[in-house]
Amino acid sequence: MAEATYPQDLLYHEEHDWVRLDGDVATFGITWYAQDALGEVVFFDPPDVGTDVVAGESYAEVESVKAVSDVIAPLSGEIVEVNAALADNPETINEDPYGEGWMVRVRLSDETEKDNLMDQAAYTATLS
Amino acid sequence: MPAGSDTLERTPLFERHAAAGAKFMPFAGWEMPVHYAEGIRAEHLAVRSEAGVFDVSHMGEIETRGPGARDLLQRLLSNDVDRLAVGGAQYALLCREDGGVLDDLFTYRLATDHFLTVTNAANHAKDLAWFHQHAAGFDAEVHDAHGRYAMLAVQGPASREIVQAMADRPLPERMKAQRCVLGGESVLVCGTGYTGEDGVELLSDPRAAPALWDEIVRRGAHPAGLAARDTLRLEVCFHLYGNDLTEERGPIEAGLGWACKEETGFVGAAAVRAVRDAGPAERLVPFRLTGPGIARQGNPVQGGGEVTSGTFSPCLEVGIGMAYLPAQRAAVGTELQIDVRGRTRPAVVAQKPLYTKETHG
Repeated sequence: MAEATYPQDLLYHEEHDWVRLDGDVATFGITWYAQDALGEVVFFDPPDVGTDVVAGESYAEVESVKAVSDVIAPLSGEIVEVNAALADNPETINEDPYGEGWMVRVRLSDETEKDNLMDQAAYTATLS
Repeated sequence: MPAGSDTLERTPLFERHAAAGAKFMPFAGWEMPVHYAEGIRAEHLAVRSEAGVFDVSHMGEIETRGPGARDLLQRLLSNDVDRLAVGGAQYALLCREDGGVLDDLFTYRLATDHFLTVTNAANHAKDLAWFHQHAAGFDAEVHDAHGRYAMLAVQGPASREIVQAMADRPLPERMKAQRCVLGGESVLVCGTGYTGEDGVELLSDPRAAPALWDEIVRRGAHPAGLAARDTLRLEVCFHLYGNDLTEERGPIEAGLGWACKEETGFVGAAAVRAVRDAGPAERLVPFRLTGPGIARQGNPVQGGGEVTSGTFSPCLEVGIGMAYLPAQRAAVGTELQIDVRGRTRPAVVAQKPLYTKETHG
């Protein structure tokens, strides 16, 4: 994805992660900004289903040719699904960061945490 | 760069890089392009299959000239300067008395009493001071020539054809250097590089560099950044100073005994000879991961040793790198377990170079 995009229907964490809420389950991924800063992603090691994640802490690593970066959980909960397809096609994270490049689905332990996240306008304001 | 300054230096090609969509990073006090719009993988593969052009103007140059220039360099450089003919190029190390490596350098002999040595950017000031410090008693002048040169590396199978079409005479062969007129400018053309591909390095007046760059790109070379330069050099197991070479380690353990001629009596020769005779305690070896993951600089190897360079190989499509290992565990085929940020990743000691055109091209 060549052009910077930040969908309106997502919530954002300052460490450049996005959240798509669906009841008490949320999908996590990294933003256009994060994948652009990393460059071409060549390795993503999905965490295990059943692992607990904590808001603000790393739950996985994503690697480009030049660097490794922690992926930060925007909200807390238990991983209920991982995007296993990324292990073989990590470049999907660059090509479709908000769609096929999603990373994990998490059953939230504290839905009020979402009040700490930013909407699209607030997040994009932090990038300029 | 003045001590304590946060200001990064820019090469004469900064505007060209920005126009080509470069991402910049600070490197040894310079604001250098990491990669361009095409991305690291495309730049890397372009150099392997066609041609790429790198701005390496951050690298330094030291000029040594005078009747005693040969004697001074024979004292400083680990290689035998008498094997460096006029118009030739030679790789050598600059060592401390204890054999620790201060820098690795290419020296070009421009005339009998006139040499140009290319330094790593991060080491330039240190090297220059070392040259000056040892010049007393030699009938030779040492000059910082960094400001007089921009440096471009044109690398890849099509690179010579691209540069030859701009030149007034045949380009120098591999490991030779010669002044040529390129696009109306006198340029020192060197048959050297850091990618494992055929190619040339061009030392020009900084003011001539933008027009040279434009013409080389117009003729088909892809702008390539420092990230691709690193993946290219690591695939062919060329050392990177600061990673694979440091003052704490010597040339023999780094596998660079071929560039050391102790009989010349260079600074550090006795220490290098002692390690060569006794055998080094550790050796620098290339490795390839046999499973997923990418090892990086600083990752420990179980049973002793550490990774000094590691990346993802665009040609091999696996994690590769170089590591110092205990000498008895450094043989090709030895299975390794590398601790990559708390996860154990299997790897194997591999043949040098990791990439060859014959097997992976």
